[in-house]
Parts: sequence; structure tokens; C-alpha cells
Amino acid sequence: MDGIHDLGGKQGHGPVPVQTGDADFSHDWERRMWGLARAGIARGITIDWFRHGLERMVPADYLSYSYFQKWASNYLMIMVDNGEISMDEVLTGHAARPGSPAAALSLDEMLEFQRSLCTDFSRQIATAPAHKPGDQITTRSHTTAAHSRLPQYAQGRTGTIIAHHGAHLLPDRGAEGIHEAEHLYTVEFTARELWGAGANPKDSVTLELWESYFV
Amino acid sequence: MSNDPKASFDSEKAAEIHRHLHSHLPSDPALRVKALESLAVERGLVASETIDRWVEAYSEHIGPKRGARVVARSWLDPTFRTRLLENAAEAIKEFGFEGNATGHLKAVENTDTQHNLVVCTLCSCYPFSILGMSPAWYKSAAYRSRAVREPRAVLAEFGVTISDDTAIRVWDSTAELRYIVIPQRPAGTEGWDEDQLAAIVTRNAMIGTDRDLKVN
Repeated sequence: MDGIHDLGGKQGHGPVPVQTGDADFSHDWERRMWGLARAGIARGITIDWFRHGLERMVPADYLSYSYFQKWASNYLMIMVDNGEISMDEVLTGHAARPGSPAAALSLDEMLEFQRSLCTDFSRQIATAPAHKPGDQITTRSHTTAAHSRLPQYAQGRTGTIIAHHGAHLLPDRGAEGIHEAEHLYTVEFTARELWGAGANPKDSVTLELWESYFV
Repeated sequence: MSNDPKASFDSEKAAEIHRHLHSHLPSDPALRVKALESLAVERGLVASETIDRWVEAYSEHIGPKRGARVVARSWLDPTFRTRLLENAAEAIKEFGFEGNATGHLKAVENTDTQHNLVVCTLCSCYPFSILGMSPAWYKSAAYRSRAVREPRAVLAEFGVTISDDTAIRVWDSTAELRYIVIPQRPAGTEGWDEDQLAAIVTRNAMIGTDRDLKVN
């Protein structure tokens, strides 16, 4: 979707907060939010549904909320949507239907669990890749309202494939809860193709793009 | 449980719940996260002590020092460097550094004629298990919007000047591949060991917003 999240190439956002914005966490609640997210409190989702949830936030909130503030809203949305909690429970801040308490993990158990979160998104598929490194491709010039990972700035542009990664799960389908894989490529676009004659002729941008993103 | 919670995968429903939260819930993020934690703990999804451990893990154990060690080894051991550039996701397992968002890690090397810069314009994808939590600027709208369009101006704001003859390749992480930039080893570090070398590798250098590492 061409949503508010699709920031690449948008103008007017001002200087990068280089000095003030170097901290990993500015507040304790951000650390708690990160810990909650790592602990996997959102059941029955895909990573693509999580991202699409952020894209469906109220647009003004998306731009004004900090990163972890967006996450807090999105986790609440996800847990209301999947039936874990009700909107009334969100408003009171307490579960009307408590579950059995979860076991506390030791640091070693948790670090071991963290290692296990290394996930392989590639899949074997029967279809042969339609392209190979060195090929020129052109991307679709529009998207639908559904989740996609083809940013607006790279739509309808021509680039060169520099790597093929086999087939990976397609986010467009993952956001619908469907596990379907397509061939994935790294595509390099010259800065001039994307931004015009004023760009440095040596510069380029690469994106990972799935086969159905090409015309 | 036979009735495990499952997402609806209904985009319009997600937007409607977000609008409801916007209209009815105080926006103070500290209160929202407190409510979220209470609900998650009461539902039995996580113990508060486990959240403490995650916070501890990401402040004491998982952070850019991991990436710096990988870079230092790549400077000292050419066969490791080859393995790293071939398949970084596998190579970091030699250190036990794999985990969140490193399943498809790729290492890209700076040279005299090429500089690499990493961004995620659509969200803020980052190789957490090898670099820790991302800095706030990496998640800012300014960085996400401008890194692909005017990387030289962005780098100048970090105090980094790239000559017109040096190509900049910006990697926009649109899939599950994640990137770590391997900066060049600076002159004046001949004979240094891995610990000494790791100490001069900055987090920003591994994202690409730093280039010439300082030797003292």
C-alpha cells in the first residue's frame, strides 16, 4: 500500500537527529516494550501482519509517535484483533480472563531462546527463477491497498539484478496469513534512474524484490 | 489450547482497532506500555522477570560490541573474511551471535572506491542480534526518507564527507536480508590484536554513517 510508512525519498523531514537521537532507549517504558516484543506476546501472527498493522495506524499517529510508541499501539491492536484481550480490558489495563502465570526465564535460558529466534525465510519451490544476476528488470508502476514491500520510489523503475536468493516467503501473502514463497532478488537502481540527472552518477540504491514485483 | 489466539489478517479490522485506540486510550506511551505489560503478564504470556532479563540481555550482552568483534576478526583472518562475505548468517554462528533478524545477514565491505550505507525505508529493519538495539536516528523519519535520496547530504550531517569519485551504494532492507557494513581497517593498526581492533569499530561504521575509523 502507498501508506504513510513509505518514507523513502519523501522530502521535508529535516535534519537527521544525529546528536540527540543516538540513544538506544530514551525511557524505561521503551526498554519494557522491547522486552515484551522479544518475549513473543503476540500469538498467531506473521512478521508481515505485524508490519502491516503499523502501516494501518492512524496516519498522523504514525508520523508523530516514536518507534516504540508505535509498537505499543500495534501490540494492543494485534492482541485485540487475535482475541487475546478485549478493548474493555485495554481500557482498564487488566485481564478479565487471567491465564496461568508464565515461568520466568533465567538469563542463560533467555539468551539460548534468543539464538533460536534466528529464522530462515527461504523455501524450496518447484518454479525456476525467471531472472538471473545481470538481467535488467522493470518494477510494477502501482500497488494495491494490501501489504507490499515495493516502495513507491522504486515503482516503475528499471534496475539490474545483482543477486538471487532462492525463494523467500512473500510478505504480501504473509500479511494475509498465507505462507507462499517466490524468488527473491537484490536489484540495484542507479541514483539517476530514481532521482534524476542531479544525482551522483556513481551512486546507487539496492532493494530486495520478489518476482511478482516486476512487470 | 484448542482455541489459541490467531490474527484475523483483516487489514480493515486492524485500521478500525487502531482508530478506536486513537480515540479512546490516553496516548501517554508509558501508560500504554504499562497496560500492555499488565495484560500480557496476567494472561500468562510472559513473566515480568523475563522482561527484566531481556532488558539486561540487550544492555549487557547483545550489542554493537558483537559486530565490532566480527569486523576485527575479518581484518585479521582472511579465511574468516571470505566466509563472512560469502554467508554472514553462518559466519557469525562461529561466535554464537545469531538470533533476532540475522537469519539472512549479509556483510558488505567498504573499499577505496565504494562506501555502503544501510537503511530500512519501510519500517526500521535492523540486525538486532549482532548490533543490538538500533539508535534513535536510524528509526527517524528524516533518516528513513533521506538516506536513499540524498545519502551524501545525510552523511555530511554525521561529519562524513565522501568524495564524488567514491560510489555510495545504499542498501534498503525491504526483505528479511539484513546488512552489516565492514569498514576498512585504518592505517596505524599494524600488529594490533582482535580486542584492540574491535575497540575502534563504531556502531555507525557498521551501519555506514561513519567511514574513517579513528585509531586512538
